[in-house]
Amino acid sequence: MGDHAHKPGFFARWFMSTNHKDIGTLYIIFSIFAGLIGGLFSMIMRLELQDPGVQYLADGHMWNMFITAHGLIMVFFVVMPGLIGGFGNWFVPLMIGAPDMAFPRLNNISFWLIIPAFLLLLLSAFIGGGAGTGWTIYPPLSSALGHPGMSVDMAIFALHLAGASSILGAANFITTIFNMRAPGMTLHKMPLFVWAMLVTSFLLLLAVPVLGGAITMLLTDRNFGTSFFNPEGGGDPLLFQHLFWFFGHPEVYIMILPAFGIVSHIVSTFSQRPIFGYLGMAYAMVAIGVVGFVVWAHHMYTVGMSVDTRAYFTAATLIIAVPTGVKIFSWIATMWGGSITFKTPMLWAIGFIFLFTVGGVTGVVLANGGMDIALHDTYYVVAHFHYVLSLGAVFALFAGFYYWIGKMSGKMYCEWMGQIHFWLTFIGVNLIFFPQHFLGLQGMPRRYIDYAGEVPPENLQGVFVNPIEKINWIMAQEHGMHLWNYVSSMGAFLTGFATLWFVVVVFHTLFFGRKADDNYWNAQPQSFTLEWSVSSPPPFHQFDIQPKVK
Amino acid sequence: MTRFKNYMNAFVFTLLVGALLAAFPAMASEPMEGALLMQEAATSSAQRIHDFHDMLLVIITGICLFVLLLLVFVVIRFNKRANPTPSKVTHNVPLEIIWTVVPVIILIIIAVPSFKLLYKNDRIAEPEMTLKITGYQWYWGYEYPDHDGIAFQSYMVPTDELKEGQRRLLSTDNVVVLPIETDIAILVTANDVIHSWTIPAFGVKIDAIPMRTNETWFRIEKPGVYYGQCSEICGKDHSFMPIEVHAVTKEEFKAWVEKAKEEFAQSDVPAIGSEQPIKLTALAQ
Repeated sequence: MGDHAHKPGFFARWFMSTNHKDIGTLYIIFSIFAGLIGGLFSMIMRLELQDPGVQYLADGHMWNMFITAHGLIMVFFVVMPGLIGGFGNWFVPLMIGAPDMAFPRLNNISFWLIIPAFLLLLLSAFIGGGAGTGWTIYPPLSSALGHPGMSVDMAIFALHLAGASSILGAANFITTIFNMRAPGMTLHKMPLFVWAMLVTSFLLLLAVPVLGGAITMLLTDRNFGTSFFNPEGGGDPLLFQHLFWFFGHPEVYIMILPAFGIVSHIVSTFSQRPIFGYLGMAYAMVAIGVVGFVVWAHHMYTVGMSVDTRAYFTAATLIIAVPTGVKIFSWIATMWGGSITFKTPMLWAIGFIFLFTVGGVTGVVLANGGMDIALHDTYYVVAHFHYVLSLGAVFALFAGFYYWIGKMSGKMYCEWMGQIHFWLTFIGVNLIFFPQHFLGLQGMPRRYIDYAGEVPPENLQGVFVNPIEKINWIMAQEHGMHLWNYVSSMGAFLTGFATLWFVVVVFHTLFFGRKADDNYWNAQPQSFTLEWSVSSPPPFHQFDIQPKVK
Repeated sequence: MTRFKNYMNAFVFTLLVGALLAAFPAMASEPMEGALLMQEAATSSAQRIHDFHDMLLVIITGICLFVLLLLVFVVIRFNKRANPTPSKVTHNVPLEIIWTVVPVIILIIIAVPSFKLLYKNDRIAEPEMTLKITGYQWYWGYEYPDHDGIAFQSYMVPTDELKEGQRRLLSTDNVVVLPIETDIAILVTANDVIHSWTIPAFGVKIDAIPMRTNETWFRIEKPGVYYGQCSEICGKDHSFMPIEVHAVTKEEFKAWVEKAKEEFAQSDVPAIGSEQPIKLTALAQ
């Protein structure tokens, strides 16, 4: 241990931290906490949608506040802090053999900007009526016309802070990855998770400032009489949509690329195989990142763009399927010929590969400007992006958690508890989101508090009724969208239960987990990354002697 | 025991009925319980979308099953027990070329009909009639500029005022009446925030954006009642501003026009050509 083992006191260590591992831990704790809140919102939403009629929420505006908060929290305060701030901070320096991030203090402020951002977002619900704009905050609904109170201003500030945090983090990652790799680790020998973080950081650096600009313009429209998006003053609401999606589309890759990286390592480790087509995998991510910047208006096929523009965005969007396909097939080829063990992280990774494929192919359907007319703003879209994000990025969050919790905490999770978590979640989320394809095809619009169908009698409402009786009653009605909404809600409650189970797993691991070895997955040379060369948990300052990579 | 048996019978019955209904959902131009695919097409535009989707569905199901099969095979064949020594292969250039080129070919197969669909459904050069649609918080305004400026507003029928045959959340007080076998252009705008006008059975969805007029078209093939719902979040009652269209024969439409001219003449809706009243709240911004 020696001199490097001394740690600062509790306050200095956790509130003034400059240590990438401690900051990573803070991010992960924050992400889990925010995830429980965002998940609670989705439970309330599914509770309201389990039967036609408005039973639980006050009115449509309250509903809009819930969907807005759910979206913003999950994107900015769960997936991004978890994958980028949490696992990125923890494992980028470890994997490249660096003692810490390039700018440790910048790293600290990145984290501490997230907290006030989250508080501002939550408080916006209680001041000025709440922001019910959807996470896309389209004006004029989000301008003073649609939301006269202060809540949207607060939400905008929340995004400003979260955005600043992301930009600082991205600059830090880029500098770290370019300058602090161990001798011998060329770019083409870098672990794929580091590649993923590098591409993600560039996307953040280029995309988030555009969002910052757009919401600043919205802020001045709201408060200082400008008319960037105000049609009455000669502005254009569509300008905001273009700016938003110029950020928003890369944003979805920002959320999924780190997931790709994590899944690659897990598949390789548990198959005891080197990653198949490593360079193809790395450059597929680069390609996805680059093409991801020129497809944004496929979110806007119904706004009245010229038909040639829509044709271009159709073509460009379809192209993304090619590098994505390369990744899927390379993961399978990595498993091919392997000697696979099915520990919890591997279950999540395999689940990810299949469910991401399902979400990917519905993306190919939606990419077509002509087809999208039928599906835009329906539950088909909701199903699609939850398959790639909720069943994609969030699966990778869990995969990474089980894969690395032994390294991060020094304690192993309990295997059977982890597997139960996986299967409950896997069944639950598929029950939620697969039927939503049917709802979408039938034309059920998203962001609706109520939907077509008869309100069931009191004794058939709610969660605790005989499902057979209820389904018989629903089918007897013939018209409506009740059945699949009911199934979807049941799946949501199962997933909610699985998430509570995850909390149990976390505490069980921290208090009763057995001690983790340095290389507890027995990573072989073909899939070895440097985090397995240090103790579990790693020393407060790692790599006293700089590692060399051959 | 009998109670248990009853439950089991009910369970089996439900499964069977459910499977049958799911497999052959009654096709209808409105949302049906347990349906898996799109509402029955009522226009040529929707039919084109259906044909394209039928093709896509085969392709994407095939891809998913292919990936699933590969995964199942890998899990069975290459688990630790079945294959104790892992292979060391890291590259296979021909294979990598194949799994890049084959998806490209599939995408080209998709793209060609996709572009056809896109251009066909976009606009029509010579519409036989025009319907002007304006979105408001939270109702729709309709004008028939080719029919002496019939104009009216259309609100959702509240649940407790529904009449026999009307659909909760879908039926409106003033329905839009349109002739079948007519090329109809629609001009869509909004007066406050963004809304979106859609009828799933028509294969039409177009955003209503203030100070901007969007255009598309459709040709209804058969008479019937068709529903749609606002499809862009527009505030508190976003869920409660449906669209109801009655498609009738050309003769019936003529008769309706005569009746409507009188019925909506007394209404306080501004006649065609006059400006919509500008909201004071909007000016105050």
